[in-house]
Parts: sequence; structure tokens; C-alpha cells
Amino acid sequence: MVPPAEFSSYYGKAIVKEPTWAAFDIAGYLFLGGLAGASSTLAAGAELSGRHGLARPLKLGAAGAISLSLLALVRDLGRPERFLNMLRVFKPTSPMSVGVWILSAYAPAAIAAAAAELAGGLRSLGRGGTLGAALLGPAVASYTAVLIADTATPAWHDGHREMPFVFVGSAASAAAGLGLLFAPLAENSPAVRLAVIGAGAEMTAVKLLERRIGIVAENYHQGRAGKLMRAAEALTVLGVAGAVRHGRRRRSAAALSGAALLAASACARFGIFEAGRRSARDPRYTVVPQRERAERERR
Amino acid sequence: MSRMGFFTDTSLCIGCKACEVACKEWNQVPEDGLDFTAMSFDNTKGLSADSWRHVAFIEQRKPVGASQANLGSDFRWLMSSDVCKHCTDAACLDVCPTGALFRTEFGTVVVQQDVCNGCGYCVPACPYGVIGKREQDGRVWKCTLCYDRLGVGMEPACAKACPTNSIQFGELEELRVRAGGRVEQLHQAGVLDARLYGHDPSDGVGGDGAFFLLLDEPEVYGLPPGPHVTTRELPRMWRNAAIAGAGLMGAVCASLLGRR
Repeated sequence: MVPPAEFSSYYGKAIVKEPTWAAFDIAGYLFLGGLAGASSTLAAGAELSGRHGLARPLKLGAAGAISLSLLALVRDLGRPERFLNMLRVFKPTSPMSVGVWILSAYAPAAIAAAAAELAGGLRSLGRGGTLGAALLGPAVASYTAVLIADTATPAWHDGHREMPFVFVGSAASAAAGLGLLFAPLAENSPAVRLAVIGAGAEMTAVKLLERRIGIVAENYHQGRAGKLMRAAEALTVLGVAGAVRHGRRRRSAAALSGAALLAASACARFGIFEAGRRSARDPRYTVVPQRERAERERR
Repeated sequence: MSRMGFFTDTSLCIGCKACEVACKEWNQVPEDGLDFTAMSFDNTKGLSADSWRHVAFIEQRKPVGASQANLGSDFRWLMSSDVCKHCTDAACLDVCPTGALFRTEFGTVVVQQDVCNGCGYCVPACPYGVIGKREQDGRVWKCTLCYDRLGVGMEPACAKACPTNSIQFGELEELRVRAGGRVEQLHQAGVLDARLYGHDPSDGVGGDGAFFLLLDEPEVYGLPPGPHVTTRELPRMWRNAAIAGAGLMGAVCASLLGRR
């Protein structure tokens, strides 16, 4: 769709506000949270199918990632000492409220699973934690997409249909990367397969998202966000190719592919975060789509 | 208790900024910069945690209308006092995870400062870019429609201070009727650009508790032409998240099949 040649603004000033969140904390959490959720789900599957060498690093990684996540989230609050106020209410209209409750159930489960893994015993705690974390993992990996899309930030909101698939795909390939990095070769085939599925889903969803959002897609291609998204794509392709071709036979290939997939997921989250901020700063991305929608509704 | 709100008739605004001053004085809003922006007489720039009334100035090469005492000039000066819209469907309120943002008995939207933990989610959620975070303080702040004054039967400070009655405070239903009459009056006087903004309950936010009479397109004033509460799409977002989550389960199961 060709955008209108010109649009009005008030001295080029932004209309909506960009989030005040620190990229390191929140884009970092988007990455770590997704990694944790998907890792827990894969870990349970690995364990149930007898692949303990794959399950172990995923469980430990999930617990570590979610612990760092909680620290980052509390730190990013304007009044960190009031973080418990989030538990005053449960509001389905607030993805952040829903998320806090999901994390309240998920984090103890993931940490219990890891603790049992490290202690070697605590079988029921370990099994309960592993299964609980596995069932909540997909929610942890997907709710953050709803969180950022449920704003007036054009690059996020306009992509709200595809964003959950981008996030879950990215989380899946990150978990696969973690598995490839640490699991023994004999057990890492599930990680290779999940890398292919996750990366494929993510890249498809990103393309569909960019196609739908019209000129707002510029924010994913230009500037710092553009660089991060292109890096994410390149690292994803490298990671999947390396995993598929050599990942089952050579330790170094598996590790490098795994690292590439983890880096790719992080780049994608930081890129999406930056694209959102950029789209909020320029009134063009608020005014033009709204005018276009008004035109369509008039006809 | 009927719903109270603002009708800001910008055709009466003289750009004196008494509203900005009165608001800051009454609410003890901190000083937020002594700048020269080269944006006509607007050195406030916009609404934020530390600016709850913002007067916009736009200079245009266009006559106001037949009623202008025409000195052969084709120049007009638009002035408008912007404020929190106190939306019927308020995105800030919807996304607040602590319940700090709530709807008062007057139908206005207010932040409880003893509850807010500064998560900042309301900031990008607002379709008008109103609410902001005070970085030092950590919490978010915005217009309260002088909740404390309403409680004792007084009108908000800005409405009280406005010398031309551009800012009109009262029962929202009554204000909407009055505004309709005013637009009609302006059209008959030849000011065909006059239009209402935020008055319509069928708009993207369910209509605003603070609505406006503008003399040009909303975006000229820095207002979104089609504001929209993001919560409207939330059911679809949750549904897609559930599908994606189920997809992850399925993908993990599929990855476990096969040898090795």
C-alpha cells in the first residue's frame, strides 16, 4: 500500500510515548524468559524420553534464566521495593498482571526442578517441578508477546497477530541452542529438530508481521533495530545450518550452532524492542496507519 | 454521581497558559525545564509526568473564517490546552498490574501514588501519550481532574483559572450537548473547520471524559486522528498466544520423536 505523500504533525513531535523500560532489563528479560519457558518444556520431554544428558542443562539453564529475569524485572521498576504490589490484583486486561502470576507459579517449579537435578535426590520435588515448569513454559514464552503488543507502540501493536508466534519461535530456537551447547551428541537430536522448527516458525512469523504492518515495518529495517534484526536472521540461518549438517556428529559444531542460536534469539528480542521505541518516536507511524484505517472505514 | 469532564473549546483559547500555571501550583507539579523550543509560544512541549496541561500553538497561513476581522491577512493562530482525556475505555487503567490506576466516582482516571510501583506499563499503552514517569520519584503521574477539588464541590484549577472559559468543566452529558451547539454556531459564522474531537462514545476509546473543539485535523495539534484502546485487540492476542503456546508443546513433542 502506498502511504500518503504527506501527513501533518505537531512540529514532528511524538504522539505516543515510548516505554521507559531499560533495554538491558526488559529486552534482556524477553530473551531470558522465552529461553527459560521453552527450555523447561524441552527438558521435561527429554527426561521423559530418557535423555538425561539433554534434560540437565535445560533444567539448570531455565532456572538460571528465570532467576536473572526476576532480578531484572524488579530492578526495572521505578519503586522496586513495591514489587509485591503486583500481587494485589489479578487483571486479565493486563498482560503484566497475568504474567506476574504465571511467573509466581513457574519460577518456583523451574528452580525446584534444577535444585533436584543438582542435589541428585529429591525425586518427587524434581519430577513435580519439571512437569509444572514444562506445562507453564509455553505460557511464559508467549505472554510477553501479548505484553508488548498490548500498547500503543505502533511497531508492536500493529504486529499483535504475529508477535506470539515470533516470540515462541524465538524461544524454541533459543532452548534448542542451549541444548546443543551442552548436551552430549548422542542425545541432542531433539535440539536439532526443535531448532529447525523454532527458527522456521520465527522467521515466517517475522516476514508475515512485516508484510502486514505497512510503513511501520521500516522500524524493523532501519537504524539499530534493522541491524539487530538482520544479525538475528543471519545467526539463525548459521545456527540451524550448522546444527543440521554437523551438529549431531561434531561437538564443536553443536556448540557453535547452539551459541549462534542463543545469540540470534537475543538479537531478535533487542531488535524488536528497539523497533518499538523507534516507532513511538516518529508521529508518522501513529498518524499514517490511523488515517489509512479511517479511509478504509469510510469506503 | 454523574460523570464529570472537560469540554475544551479551543476557538476561545488565547494562549495565556493560566491553565498550565494553575495546574502546577495546585498539584505541586515540579518544574520541568525552562526551554526555548522555537515551537511558536509552546515551551512546554507536551504532556508528561510533570506537565498535566499543555498549551499548543500552531501558526498557519489560513484565515480563521468569515468572522475574522480581516486585515487582508491569511494568517491564523491555533491554540489549544491539551490534557489527559480520562477515556471511557482507558488503556492505562486496563494495563496497570497493581490496580494503582482506578476509575473514580466522577468517572475520571486517577493514579494511587501509594500503590504505583513504577512498572511503567501505562506509559506506552496510552494512545494519546499522556501519562509519564517521574524518573527520580519512580512513579507515574498525570492529571487527576483535581480529584481533591471535585471532592469538595470545586471545579478543577485549570477550569477555574481559564479567563475565556475555553476550559469548561461540568457533567459530561451536558457538556456534549453544549459542544454540539457551539460547533453549529461556529459553522453558521463561517468557521467551517470547527469540529469536535473525543466527543463520540463510538470512537476507539469509547469517547473521552475530556473532549475538544478543534479548528483543524487532530494531528496538527499533536493528537492521534484515530485513538484506540489497545485492549480491544487483547482477546485476539491471548488467543494467538494460546495457539503459539500449544504450538510449542507440539514442536517439542515432534522433536522428541525418532531415534536418538
